[in-house]
Amino acid sequence: MAATRRLQKELGDIRNSGLKSFRDIQVDESNILTWQGLIVPDNPPYNKGAFKIEINFPAEYPFKPPKINFKTKIYHPNIDEKGQVCLPIISAENWKPATKTDQVIQALVALVNEPEPEHPLRGDLAEEYLKDKKKFTKNAEEYTKKHSEKRPAD
Amino acid sequence: MNVDDDTLYDDSGNETSGDDVDFVIDVDNASNKELHSYDDEYQYEVLSTDDIVQHMVDCIKEVNTVVQIPLTTTRILLNYFNWDKEKLMERFFDGNQDDLFKEAHVINPFKKVNAVKPKISNKLLGTEECDICFMVFPPTQMTGLECGHRFCYQCWNEYLTTKIMEEGVGQTIACAAHNCPILVDDQTAMRLLKDPRVKLKYQHLITNSFVECNRLLRWCPSPDCSFAIKVSYVEAKPVACRCGHVFCFACGENWHDPVRCGLLKKWQKKCDDDSETSNWIAANTKECPKCNATIEKDGGCNHMICKNQNCKADFCWVCLGPWEPHGSSWYNCNRYDEDEAKAARDAQEKSRAALQRYLFYCNRYMNHMQSLRFEHKLYASVKDKMEEMQQHNMSWIEVQFLKKAVDILCQCRQTLMYTYVFAYYLKKNNQSVIFEDNQKDLERATELLSEYLERDITQENLIDIKQKVQDKYRYCDGRRMALLDHVHEGYEKDWWVYSE
Repeated sequence: MAATRRLQKELGDIRNSGLKSFRDIQVDESNILTWQGLIVPDNPPYNKGAFKIEINFPAEYPFKPPKINFKTKIYHPNIDEKGQVCLPIISAENWKPATKTDQVIQALVALVNEPEPEHPLRGDLAEEYLKDKKKFTKNAEEYTKKHSEKRPAD
Repeated sequence: MNVDDDTLYDDSGNETSGDDVDFVIDVDNASNKELHSYDDEYQYEVLSTDDIVQHMVDCIKEVNTVVQIPLTTTRILLNYFNWDKEKLMERFFDGNQDDLFKEAHVINPFKKVNAVKPKISNKLLGTEECDICFMVFPPTQMTGLECGHRFCYQCWNEYLTTKIMEEGVGQTIACAAHNCPILVDDQTAMRLLKDPRVKLKYQHLITNSFVECNRLLRWCPSPDCSFAIKVSYVEAKPVACRCGHVFCFACGENWHDPVRCGLLKKWQKKCDDDSETSNWIAANTKECPKCNATIEKDGGCNHMICKNQNCKADFCWVCLGPWEPHGSSWYNCNRYDEDEAKAARDAQEKSRAALQRYLFYCNRYMNHMQSLRFEHKLYASVKDKMEEMQQHNMSWIEVQFLKKAVDILCQCRQTLMYTYVFAYYLKKNNQSVIFEDNQKDLERATELLSEYLERDITQENLIDIKQKVQDKYRYCDGRRMALLDHVHEGYEKDWWVYSE
């Protein structure tokens, strides 16, 4: 299967790259199509915690894009209550088979750090983000404290 | 009656001989540039899929004699401009060409490209790594577009196949590299695709987008028909496809004279929408004043007890007030006759009247539509009759009047059907009264004609019936024309005022 070969290589490359913003990647040996990992954002209000995500690769990968889900609750205009995230780079019409998973993760980390309230998944949060940034930041910080994972030590 | 006998809409009758399979092949080989006209001066061509492809190639060549760039690039540019040649030329000669090519996502053919250097594999000298499958290949097994991004043949094939078969993208597939917007041209796509099924679909997608974005072309909307109609200017006129289907070129609906495309669309939306259901609810039901459950009163007295088990409100149907003060005589509720209550009742009256009106027109519209659907049955029974009459010593030519009568009957029904759409939106004035008289006259005559066609024909009454049928269909045809002419005149002279 083409997907397995490529994913093994990608996984190795990402693990070796020492990426700080995405780590603790866990992959079940019997199923390389599902990855779990920890997003570690740098920007406030999310820099007080870490967020678990799951990446699901379809069997047709890389000709079809992976799907990303947040397993940790997050207060973010572009991520909904179910953990779904709207990332243009992995939408069917934009997806390119030569796009690497590390590029996808970088786009995701960038989105977490810099929300895009112009095309939100949660309209209420986007509105708060635009109209009352202070309140948004406060809410998001509290939410992060309450729900997020512990940040790795280093 | 089957398709082969129905040469009504064909200019050259001999195209339709043979069975269905031959029919298609015959048509494909028939002379292409034949101009047709169904109604007065409006001329058009019927194009087969091959004709469309040819037409597309001609367009590209024509532009190319002027711009002189690779044909595949011209095609991408034309598609970018929705096949508007003039717009392309204008931008090509007046604007910044570099920007033009960039916007259209194609490499500027006048520029030497700094192609991306092939990724040389570390493992083996003189080999390249495919950025999709991460396998190493000799350069001969790698290929790419002008942008220089190279992938192996297998990955290209897989990528294009996914786009074509699963997403239905044809003309606008971009290079497989991350962030590279350069489009795959048709020649490259056809070269890289392996499965003939995928190739065919790709060609369909390309022809389809050509027809869809070309104002002067329209697919025949008939199911399973693959012809398209080509006109020289767009107008709401009837065109007849080679398959026999007659439709309005402007909107693609069945030919709908006298009503215009816009109103017909509105009407169809009205009929399709649930809005009529809600109109019915508004006109026939009230809401429980306590729990707001919708209630239809289908008899009985005005003392209502809500059936919602959690509510059980006692109220009066007339004033919706609590039942208690009504006591023994509900007439007391006329004391609720305040402005607000009156307004509510008026609104209900209005919505009830509007529903009645809609149902009136809708019934008649549906009725003619239904009758039209029986057209095939009628043709069959008339065919039997014609055979029967030929056994009564009438010649083939002498019995053709029956088929002609059915043709006219169908035309009248179709016209009548659409007159009800027109009438529904029409505001009353002197001309609308004349229109309604015309409508009435045509309807009566049409029903009579229909009745004559159902009569038994015997040797004795044959001559008599033939005379009557002929007289009647001539009359019907005349009245139909008169009605249409009157409506058209009204369009020109702005007689018609619409209510919505």
